Amino acid sequence: MAEAAIELKGISKSFGAVRANRDIDLKIARGTIHGIIGENGAGKSTLMSILYGFYQADRGEIFVNGERAAILSSSDAIARGIGMVHQHFMLVHNFTVLENIILGAEGEPLLKTSVAKARAELERLERDYGLEVDPDAVIEDLPVGLQQRVEILKALFRGAEILILDEPTGVLTPSEADHLFRILRQLKDEGKTIVLITHKLREIMAVTDNVSVMRQGALVATRRTEETTVEELAELMVGRRVLLRVEKGPARPGDFMLSVRNLTVEDSRGVKMVDDVSFDVRAGEIVGIAGVAGNGQSELLEAITGIRRAVSGSVTLDGEPVELTGRADPADLRRRGMAHVPEDRHNMGLVLPFEENENAILGYHWQERYLKGPFLDIEAIRRDAQDKIEKYDIRPPDTRLKTANFSGGNQQKIVLAREMEQDPKVLIVGQPTRGVDVGAIEFIHKRLIDMRDQGKAVLLVSVELDEIRSLSDRILVMFAGRIVGERSPEATEGELGLLMAGVEEEKEAAQ
Amino acid sequence: MSAPYAKLPAWADYGLIPLINLFVAFLVAGLVVLLVGENPLRAAVILVEGAVGRGQAIAYTLYYATSFIFTGLAVAVAFHCSLFNIGGEGQAYVGGLGVALVCLTFDSLLPWWLTFPLAILGAAAFGAAWAFIPAYFQARRGSHIVITTIMFNFIAASLMVYLLVNVLKPAGSQAPQTRTFLEGGQLPKLNWMLEAMGLTVRSAPFNISFLLALLAAFLVWVLIWRTRLGYEIRMRGHSPRAARYAGVNEVRIIIVTMLISGALAGMMALNPVMGDQNRLQIDFVTGAGFVGIAVALMGRSHPAGIVPAAILFGMLYQGGAELAFEMPGISRDMIVIIQGLVILFAGALEHMFRPTLQSVFASFSPRSVGIEASRGERA
Repeated sequence: MAEAAIELKGISKSFGAVRANRDIDLKIARGTIHGIIGENGAGKSTLMSILYGFYQADRGEIFVNGERAAILSSSDAIARGIGMVHQHFMLVHNFTVLENIILGAEGEPLLKTSVAKARAELERLERDYGLEVDPDAVIEDLPVGLQQRVEILKALFRGAEILILDEPTGVLTPSEADHLFRILRQLKDEGKTIVLITHKLREIMAVTDNVSVMRQGALVATRRTEETTVEELAELMVGRRVLLRVEKGPARPGDFMLSVRNLTVEDSRGVKMVDDVSFDVRAGEIVGIAGVAGNGQSELLEAITGIRRAVSGSVTLDGEPVELTGRADPADLRRRGMAHVPEDRHNMGLVLPFEENENAILGYHWQERYLKGPFLDIEAIRRDAQDKIEKYDIRPPDTRLKTANFSGGNQQKIVLAREMEQDPKVLIVGQPTRGVDVGAIEFIHKRLIDMRDQGKAVLLVSVELDEIRSLSDRILVMFAGRIVGERSPEATEGELGLLMAGVEEEKEAAQ
Repeated sequence: MSAPYAKLPAWADYGLIPLINLFVAFLVAGLVVLLVGENPLRAAVILVEGAVGRGQAIAYTLYYATSFIFTGLAVAVAFHCSLFNIGGEGQAYVGGLGVALVCLTFDSLLPWWLTFPLAILGAAAFGAAWAFIPAYFQARRGSHIVITTIMFNFIAASLMVYLLVNVLKPAGSQAPQTRTFLEGGQLPKLNWMLEAMGLTVRSAPFNISFLLALLAAFLVWVLIWRTRLGYEIRMRGHSPRAARYAGVNEVRIIIVTMLISGALAGMMALNPVMGDQNRLQIDFVTGAGFVGIAVALMGRSHPAGIVPAAILFGMLYQGGAELAFEMPGISRDMIVIIQGLVILFAGALEHMFRPTLQSVFASFSPRSVGIEASRGERA
C-alpha cells in the first residue's frame, strides 16, 4: 500500500448528545479511489465536513500526506490540497464557467489580469484531464453532467490533490455516471486521490479500489473492493442480512384505472415540462416511469394529482374525468380514490413541525371520523395514528413526537401508511425511497408489491433505475417531458440508460 | 446530521428562553440608563413600583395589557398562517369606528350589557373589513401583505381624521371627536376586583373588556389547536406546498385568517373607546397595534404566552410613564428605548441563546431533548 494521503486517527464528533462520529480511524492511500458507504445519518457527511473544515472534531487527529494538519476552515483544507465536490453544486448560475472557477480565488483587485491567467490554467487542466468545458459558457445553459465537471475543475484549479465527491451520481444518467467514473480513473492515473461518498453499492463496486463502511457514526469495516461483494457491504451497512432483490409474482392486470391522454404541462415561465404524454395504468399492475431527475416527472405527478394546472390533455380516474384546470382539487381526487405519495416528502407530503398524528391525517382531515363538527376529534386522530404506527412499524412509536424528529425512512412510512390505509383505487408514488435507509427500502418495496397484489393501480416514478426495474411490470421512460419508450422490466440497464439520455428518441419517433 | 441540535423541553422553550431574553434586555437598558447618568437600580425600582406597586398602578397596567392582548392575538393568528399582519394599528383604529357607531346609535336605547355584544360585533366587523382588502390582494394577486397592511394603517389614519373632523364631530365643537356616549355606551369598570383583593384604586380605566380579552385568548387557542380551520391555517403557515397537496384552498384560508386577525385587532378598540374615553378620539390606538407584534413574538404566538407578554408590556407602559415622571433625566423616549430593547431581544434575537441552551441541556440530559427518541428508531 502506498503512503497515506489522508490519515484520520480517533476522530469523534458529537452534536449535543448525538455522536455523529465515534473514534474513527481511516487511512486513504495516495493515488487510489476510496469509497465511503453508509446509510443516511451514518456519519459520512459529518466525517467529510470535518476533513474539509466545516466542522471541527471534538477529538482526534488528521494527517495529510503524513503531516499533522489543523483544518479549521475550508481554506485550510484547500491550502492542504483537499478539494470537495458537493452533492448540490455550489455554482453561480448566471456566471460563466471561467467566472465560477475563479470565484473566491481572484487573487488581484482587478479582474482582467487574473482572468487571463485563469484562462490559461483552465485550458491546461482541461487538456491534462480530458475535462472539456467551454470556459465562456454560462452555467445555467450547461447540462448537469457538465456542471459537475465545472465543480471538479474548480477543485483542481485550487490545486487539489485529494478530491472528495459527495453523492456525485444522484443527478446523472447512467451514461453520464460512467463518464464521470472514467474521469475519476484518469485523475487517479495522474496521481490524484479520490474519496467517493455514496450509498449506491453498484458504484462502489464499479470504480473504487478500497471501501469503508460506516454505521451509526462508527467505521465498521474497510475492505479491498475486489475482495468484497455487494451482499457483504449491504450487510455491513445495515447490520443484518438484507434482501436486495424484491420477490414478486406475475402481475394480473385488470381494468384501466388511470388513463392519461395528450397531457401537456408548462412551468411558470411557459416552458413545456410535460409534452403530450399519454399512458394507462391498470388495476393490479405497477407502471414505472424512469428518467433522470428534472425531465418532467415531478410536473406530471403534480398535474395528475390536481396540484399543478395542466395546459391541455385529459386524465380519467376509474372512468371519470379529472379536472385539470385551476379548479382542480386534490381533496376531491382523494375522495374518488386517488392516493398520492409525493416526491417531496419534506415540503409536500409532511408538515415537519407537526406532531406525527397531525401528519397522519394530512389531506384526509376533512373525513368525518376525524371531526366533531368544526372541531378536531383529537382522540380519534391519535388512536388512528397509533394503529398506523403499529401496522407500519414506525419508530419511535410516539404519535406526539414532532415529525422532523423521525428518520427519513420512518417519515416516509408515515406518508405511506396514511395513503395506503385509505384503500385507494390508484396509488401515485414519487421517489418512494429517496433518503431512506436500506432496511426501510425493503419494507416499502414489499408494501408497494402488496398494494399491486390487492388490485390497486400503482404509478411509480423514481430516478433510481434499480428500483424501477425491480418493482415495475411495465417501464415508461421519460426524457425532456416526453415518454420516449416503453420497455419490459427485463430490458437491460444499458438500453434504458440510452432512452433516459434521449439517445433513441429519434428512432422511436420514426417507428 | 442535518439537525445538530435537538429540541428543548417545552418549559425551557416557552419559559426559560423568554426570561433570559428579558433579563438581557433589561441589562442593556440598565447600561443606557447608566449612560444618561441615572442610577439603573433606582430606575428599575421606580419602574416596577410604578407598574405593580399600588392598586392604582396595577389597574392601569391591566388596562394597557387588555389592548395588547387583542392586538397580540391578532398578529399571532396571522403568524400561524405565516402572514405578517402589521396592520393591527389601522384595523384597531377602524374597529373603533364600528364601536362608536354602535354606541352612538344605541346608547340612549339599550343598557350597556346589550350595547356591548353589538359593539363587539361592530368592532370585529369593521376591523375584519379593513383587513379584508390587503388579504384579498395577497390571496389573489400576491401583493405582499406587509406592504399593503402598513399602507392601510396610513389610509385608516387619514380616513378617521376626515370622518371625525367632517362627519362625526358634534356641531359647534372644536375637538375632533364624537360626543360622549351615554351610560348605555359605557363599559363597567373592574376596579372593584382589585379592591376586593385589598388594593385601593382611586380611578382607573381598567374595565370589563379585560375579561373579553381573556376569553378571546382562550377561543384563539381552541381555534388554532382544536378546530379543522386552525389545522388548515397552521398547515398553510408551515408549508404552503403541503396545504396545496392536502387540498386546502389557499385563497380562502388566507382571507379567512386575515378576517379573524382583523376582527381581533378591531376588538382592541372596545377597551379605550367604550371602556375608558367613552368617545371616539383621534389616535386613540397609540401604537397598541405595533406593540401587538412584539407581544406575539414574545408570546411565541401562543395565547398562554401572549397574555403574560401583554401584561409585561402593560407594565412597561405604565411603569415607564411613572419613571419619566419621577426621573427628570429619563424622558418618555427613554421608555421607548427600553421597550425597543425588549422587542429586540425577545423578538428579533429570539434565537440568540437557543443553541447554547440546547447544548447545555443536551449535555446533561439527552432524554429531555428527545435524542434517545430519535436514536431508538434505528434499532
